[in-house]
Amino acid sequence: MESQTPPDPQGADRPRVIRRHGVVTRVWHWVNAVAVLILLGSGLGISNAHPRLYWGRYGANFDPAWATLPRFPRWLTIPANYNLAISRRWHLLFALVLGFGLLAYMIGGLVTRHFQRDLRIRGRELRPTALWADLKQHLAFRFHDPRDPRAYNLFQKLSYVLVLFVALPLAILTGIALSPGMNAAWPWVLEILGGRQSARSIHFITASVLALFTIVHLVLVILAGAGNEVRSMITGRWRVPE
Amino acid sequence: MIPELIRRRAILTGGAGLLLAGCDKIIQQPTARKILFAGEDMQKGLQRALMDRGALAPEYRRDQMSPVFRTNGTRDPGTPEYRALVENRFQDWRLKVGGLVGTPLSLSLRQIGEFPARRQITRHDCVEGWSAIGEWTGPMLGNVLKAANISDRARYVVFTCADLYGGQPYYESLDLIDAFHPQTILAWGMNGRMLDVGHGAPLRLRVERQLGYKHAKYLMRIDAVDSLSNIGLGKGGYWEDHVDYDWYAGI
Repeated sequence: MESQTPPDPQGADRPRVIRRHGVVTRVWHWVNAVAVLILLGSGLGISNAHPRLYWGRYGANFDPAWATLPRFPRWLTIPANYNLAISRRWHLLFALVLGFGLLAYMIGGLVTRHFQRDLRIRGRELRPTALWADLKQHLAFRFHDPRDPRAYNLFQKLSYVLVLFVALPLAILTGIALSPGMNAAWPWVLEILGGRQSARSIHFITASVLALFTIVHLVLVILAGAGNEVRSMITGRWRVPE
Repeated sequence: MIPELIRRRAILTGGAGLLLAGCDKIIQQPTARKILFAGEDMQKGLQRALMDRGALAPEYRRDQMSPVFRTNGTRDPGTPEYRALVENRFQDWRLKVGGLVGTPLSLSLRQIGEFPARRQITRHDCVEGWSAIGEWTGPMLGNVLKAANISDRARYVVFTCADLYGGQPYYESLDLIDAFHPQTILAWGMNGRMLDVGHGAPLRLRVERQLGYKHAKYLMRIDAVDSLSNIGLGKGGYWEDHVDYDWYAGI
């Protein structure tokens, strides 16, 4: 598209294209996107088998549930028609993709210094005035600092850090806690989570946070210009907004 | 601006929707299905690598037990044969232990009670997601298999039950790692009483590192075999054969 733009007589004001995302981030992003969508869809299918959530070590029909979930409709579940065995097959295969993918990305992000360089949050960024300024920029749909357009804004950093270092690891840890085999191998996982039914509840809450993140992420990608943003996550090349 | 946004949104969310719908399409391909079903072997391999052969499932205190331990699966086999067994309090019931064993056994409930019993308060996890904690009493399966002189050629143990599914007795199987695990017991007692009909009287399997459907109730036969291919449809259990449940139910 850019090649078709008529040459500018002054030679200035050309759209500036920079390298935005490294290859480690791009590969992991798409592998993880597929894994998260499949895990959410198959997870909702599994939830339909027993849509009650409990706190503590045990919990079944005669025990008090803190939440009774709705029956998730066929357009949200994998497979569309209720089939616990097949939902579990999808979930347990892509759980491995998510877990080992995250592990590889964690190593890659540290080795390439992507985390240290791009996700580090400094104390002064968390001052109320700084937070307020970032919020005002968001409400005006300005997502990039014109002086340093490549940098993530504060809310971006906070949400990426929350997802990468809290929500995804917690989803994996609570998932491991649901396995009776892993309970024998690593009993401490159950201990720190307060029992299997608590782990199951936290697993669902964490998945809800990841689903919410995914929706907000998609909305912001659209607002920031879907074509440019999606291309930058495929080729790495990103056009700096005017 | 707005129609453009709607169009872009349709592409993005449509992409996610297509992925979900595509999942159903793709597993109709035999290769994709094979990859999907290979997840079970990966989970089994990983779990077995991470846990000691004898690693114990968590055990609980009495005050941590479920007030009501719900029944599930068959609540009463209801066949004339089973009803007759209940009527004379299982005096005519015998557990047959056969297949690849040196000494086939036919054990009465009294004889099973003569084996040293293990008592354990453990958590039962249904594949559907609920859990219940109860106390189980009975001999270690491994001791019964040793009493029958299980052959070196045996690789699996198959359980045949008194309850019928689709007209056929329920069946399940374990490999020898789980069969000889110290918490794998043949329970005749539950919560301080004799096992009741709802929970699998007179004898049921407990295999504490796996999900509920592996814990066969209403046991009638135990057979040592070298392969599962001649059992049912070849996948080692009723649910495995008929609705694609994992044979390895450690997760």
